[in-house]
Amino acid sequence: MDRFISKLLFLAACSSTAILALIALFIFKEGLPIMAKTGIGHFILGKEWAPLSGQFGIYAFIIGSLWVTIGALIFGVPLGVSCAVFLAEFAPPKWVGVLKPAIELLAGIPSVVYGFLGVMWLAPIIREHLGGPGLSILAASIVLAIMILPTIVSVSIDAIQAVPKSYKEGSLALGATAWQSTWRVILPAAKSGILAGVILGMGRAVGETMAVIMISGNATTIPHSPLDSVRTLTANIAIEMGYAVGDHRQALFATGVVLFFFIMILNTVALKFARRKF
Amino acid sequence: MSAITCKELNFYYGNFHALKGVNLNVSEKRITALIGPSGCGKSTLLRVFNRMNDLIIGSRAAGDVKIFGEQILGDGVELTGLRKRVGMVFQRPNPFPLSVFENVAYGPRIHGLKRGGGLERTVRECLESVGLWNDLKDHLKENALSLSGEQQQRLCIARTVATRPDILLMDEPCSALDPQATARIEELMQDLKSNYTILIVTHNMQQAARVSDDCGFMLMGELVEFGDTNRIFTAPADKRTEDYITGRYG
Repeated sequence: MDRFISKLLFLAACSSTAILALIALFIFKEGLPIMAKTGIGHFILGKEWAPLSGQFGIYAFIIGSLWVTIGALIFGVPLGVSCAVFLAEFAPPKWVGVLKPAIELLAGIPSVVYGFLGVMWLAPIIREHLGGPGLSILAASIVLAIMILPTIVSVSIDAIQAVPKSYKEGSLALGATAWQSTWRVILPAAKSGILAGVILGMGRAVGETMAVIMISGNATTIPHSPLDSVRTLTANIAIEMGYAVGDHRQALFATGVVLFFFIMILNTVALKFARRKF
Repeated sequence: MSAITCKELNFYYGNFHALKGVNLNVSEKRITALIGPSGCGKSTLLRVFNRMNDLIIGSRAAGDVKIFGEQILGDGVELTGLRKRVGMVFQRPNPFPLSVFENVAYGPRIHGLKRGGGLERTVRECLESVGLWNDLKDHLKENALSLSGEQQQRLCIARTVATRPDILLMDEPCSALDPQATARIEELMQDLKSNYTILIVTHNMQQAARVSDDCGFMLMGELVEFGDTNRIFTAPADKRTEDYITGRYG
């Protein structure tokens, strides 16, 4: 019986790994030929995306993904980390019991709702007050920042709470204030955990599709300001998959290959930081 | 002169009466030990003197405690200033996960000594005073957590000394160390005595007998007996002290 169960579990473990391998294999099989045909350099750095005339350059989308993600981090990280510091170190326990679940609830809102809010409310504000089309890097960054908040906040809170209490005691006993102790001892000690949270949030921002399609404007050109419309790698696949055939279809899979590496690198880095101890 | 005077001190954790009417005079530039079985209140008493008990929600102190004549109980006391004057070394070495240098420089920095010759000199003096300078002068940038337990505890003492305190509170500073390291830390305490008033909590009676000049025996929140260490250990006045010292309980 024991042997049977352990075999069964082994099979389950194998199959989940196999699924990953099969997906990777399939994406690569579909995507690599077009990359070879266009040339990897041309595919990644090509500035022209015109599937109908056989131009497959995804540079603008890589830049789009990059800016939208960086923007999301610029808004999300300071807000999320400050929030985590407050909840973990300064807030009365009663507040934490209310605020932490509330922030985690943000993760439960479907991305289409975020996108809808962005289109209906945020984009018009940006268009009226700052100019441009409204559907832009800025709008997408702000919405993504809110979407990655729960990840950053909850991972950071855990990281801060995992710092041994003796560090804080030691610091206070030297005559430091609560804030000095937090800033000079607790945050440096929690640094690697907080960074892991930020990288996980970043992974989410890179992979988010629906909300980004709705609010980023989806222009296939290279953006010159935060108020310009962009298209991200994920959006490119989702928008065009409905009617893509032949080379075009393969080019979308190739976009997936690039995305695959992008996210794999981020996850590896995240795991490395998460495992590192103080 | 008395470094610490304590009159009718009562301390409560919620409804638990942890210290019962403690009266105590700790003399300057001597080593005073507090002994007693676990849970007798000796650590609580120690932590009254730098107000570390304030961290415990629901705790309350009543009475009269003066450090060099200044009242330290009550709301008006500036805790950062108090803790700068009354340093503390903990049971488990707790160096910050920073470099050796930054650990010692921590206190001077938060109290406003900027980087520069002054800070480096202070760090050197403090490491010298705890006997770490020769071992660590080439490793100042290393993470303090990579040091041995004894070195970590010495570093914590150096870190405390760096704020130029008058009083050093030591809460079982050797309980996480082996006997050789313990002996060397005790030696260090004797060296430090000329500059600091040291108050040490220990449940190791031999240690109290070896290092201290004065000694107090505590039991169930009361300071049963206080006096010259030799006298306490050779001719205790109270039956309970005698029972404890002769190992009848504890």
